[in-house]
Amino acid sequence: MTYMVEKLSEEKVFKDPVHRYVHVRDRAIWDLVGTKEFQRLRRIKQLGTTFLTFHGAEHSRFNHSLGVYEIVRRIIDDVFDGRPEWDNRDRLLTLCAALLHDLGHGPFSHAFEKVFDFDHEDFTRAIILGDTEVNKVLKNVSPEFPEKVAEVIAKTSEKKLVVSLISSQIDADRMDYLQRDAYFTGVSYGQFDMERILRVMRPREEQVVIKKSGMHAVEDYIMSRYQMYWQVYFHPVSRSAEVILTKILHRAKQLYKDNYAFKHEPQHFISFFSETENVTLEDYLKLDEAVIMFYFQIWQNEADPILSDLCRRFVNRNLFKYAEFDPAKEYKKLAELNGLFLKAGIDPDYYLVVDSSSDLPYDFYRPGEEEERLPIHLLMKNGELRELSRESEIVDAISGKRRTDHKLYYPADFLADESNAKDIKKQIRTLLE
Amino acid sequence: MLKDHAKLMQAILVSGEIIGRKKLQKMIYIAKKIQFPFNDRFQFHFYGPYSEELTTRVEELCNMGFLNEVKEKKGGYFQYRYTLTETGKEFLSINEVDMPCLEDCLIDMNEQNARFLELVSTVLFFDDLPKGEVMNKVFTLKSSQRYTEAEIDEAYQYIESLKAKIQ
Repeated sequence: MTYMVEKLSEEKVFKDPVHRYVHVRDRAIWDLVGTKEFQRLRRIKQLGTTFLTFHGAEHSRFNHSLGVYEIVRRIIDDVFDGRPEWDNRDRLLTLCAALLHDLGHGPFSHAFEKVFDFDHEDFTRAIILGDTEVNKVLKNVSPEFPEKVAEVIAKTSEKKLVVSLISSQIDADRMDYLQRDAYFTGVSYGQFDMERILRVMRPREEQVVIKKSGMHAVEDYIMSRYQMYWQVYFHPVSRSAEVILTKILHRAKQLYKDNYAFKHEPQHFISFFSETENVTLEDYLKLDEAVIMFYFQIWQNEADPILSDLCRRFVNRNLFKYAEFDPAKEYKKLAELNGLFLKAGIDPDYYLVVDSSSDLPYDFYRPGEEEERLPIHLLMKNGELRELSRESEIVDAISGKRRTDHKLYYPADFLADESNAKDIKKQIRTLLE
Repeated sequence: MLKDHAKLMQAILVSGEIIGRKKLQKMIYIAKKIQFPFNDRFQFHFYGPYSEELTTRVEELCNMGFLNEVKEKKGGYFQYRYTLTETGKEFLSINEVDMPCLEDCLIDMNEQNARFLELVSTVLFFDDLPKGEVMNKVFTLKSSQRYTEAEIDEAYQYIESLKAKIQ
């Protein structure tokens, strides 16, 4: 029996709070879950700093990856199997890509990628194609198999249908994270009838389409996504924590560049801080959130006042306060605040931060337009495909409408301390009110 | 402080006017790949590398009144033209951006058509692969554009000419 179709002697199940059970019959999937690179995802939180706002949000990318795999497995085995548009030879490829789609995420990915200017997708590819346990498992299928899996995840595969199952405006990734994040944060948004959506999904050559009868379930999914973004993902307190996290990494990097003598050498960060060394896959895989938190703990005792203060803030959840900010009307005020912070002896590069969040709930693309997002298509009774917002008034109302929110973050406790620069701090507080 | 916004505004300022969202996306991607410090993350989409973050930033700048967007009907589709507004220029004068050689490169790219820039950016997206494999990728993923081997050669030469400008 070839490894491609080899089954376990008994089905394995993972108990899962969102999908109840995650079912594994394929030997390759079971072996991938057991690799050290996949196990590392247990040590990367799915929602980064959100646990500082919603204390339940401690779930990991490991949970989510299994969830995406399970959704894709159900679509293939329960809905697509036997349909002429679906080629079941792509089954294992699709399952592996679903399971591994987040493999390259680093600790606190968003902040980390911003500071060190890299993309987790490059590391996903590097793990799949490099000298890793994951690569060895995938090569057991065929020598070309790792490349095929990497191409699906990078969306450069010619198998558009397979790509759309994992990455599109209605994909298994989003369907899992919305429900999982709602469950672990404890919010009531994020609920939608996934079973219904799965039942009305149909394979087409270029993408998954939805039977018209399932349109209302899709509307619910899009609205739930909208709510989750603004109520959970862009929560201003989580963003404050992320601002501080980002600034800690910037500060440590700057100190390293300035040859600052750290009390404890930041070995795990050397290649990330260095401008001459390349970050190797080995360096990358050694980092997880436990390691980062270890450094934040010990940096609280560093002599550098900015690094130690920022770490104390993060570890003890003493976050920055925020004010609404309109860059169009207030950019001159921002320049003024910048000057006043300097006069007050508070470095604005670390303590005065504009953070922007923006989301587009759903976007459409019609042939001939210059856009690049594949829309959700409804399959009408006569076999015709219609773009969702042409049929749904609810979706049409929010289509293509981006909502943006800018906030200005600052340390209110520093500004309230009148032991020095009293008048300047008063001026700053007046400007921020 | 809004540094990434300022960098994009600087790019549009030195280009004068950029016609087409696709062209704008490809120009910034190519600039990033030849080491200009743009931080937007790109993924592979219909027309090659595309950044959702960049799209967001453009929309934000339009909403802020720093960027002027003109939507015009062009045959069967809409096209967008981007220029910096006077307020945008004023913002940039307060938030200066230092990117030497950017103007030279962007003016050159702006003179190319969007189809060619789509090819150049696709070649750069696969720059870790040997040329033969890049050609296969272009022929497979961009089959509807019907690029020729000669055009791919031209794209490679063009990338080298851009790199030479910044040395």
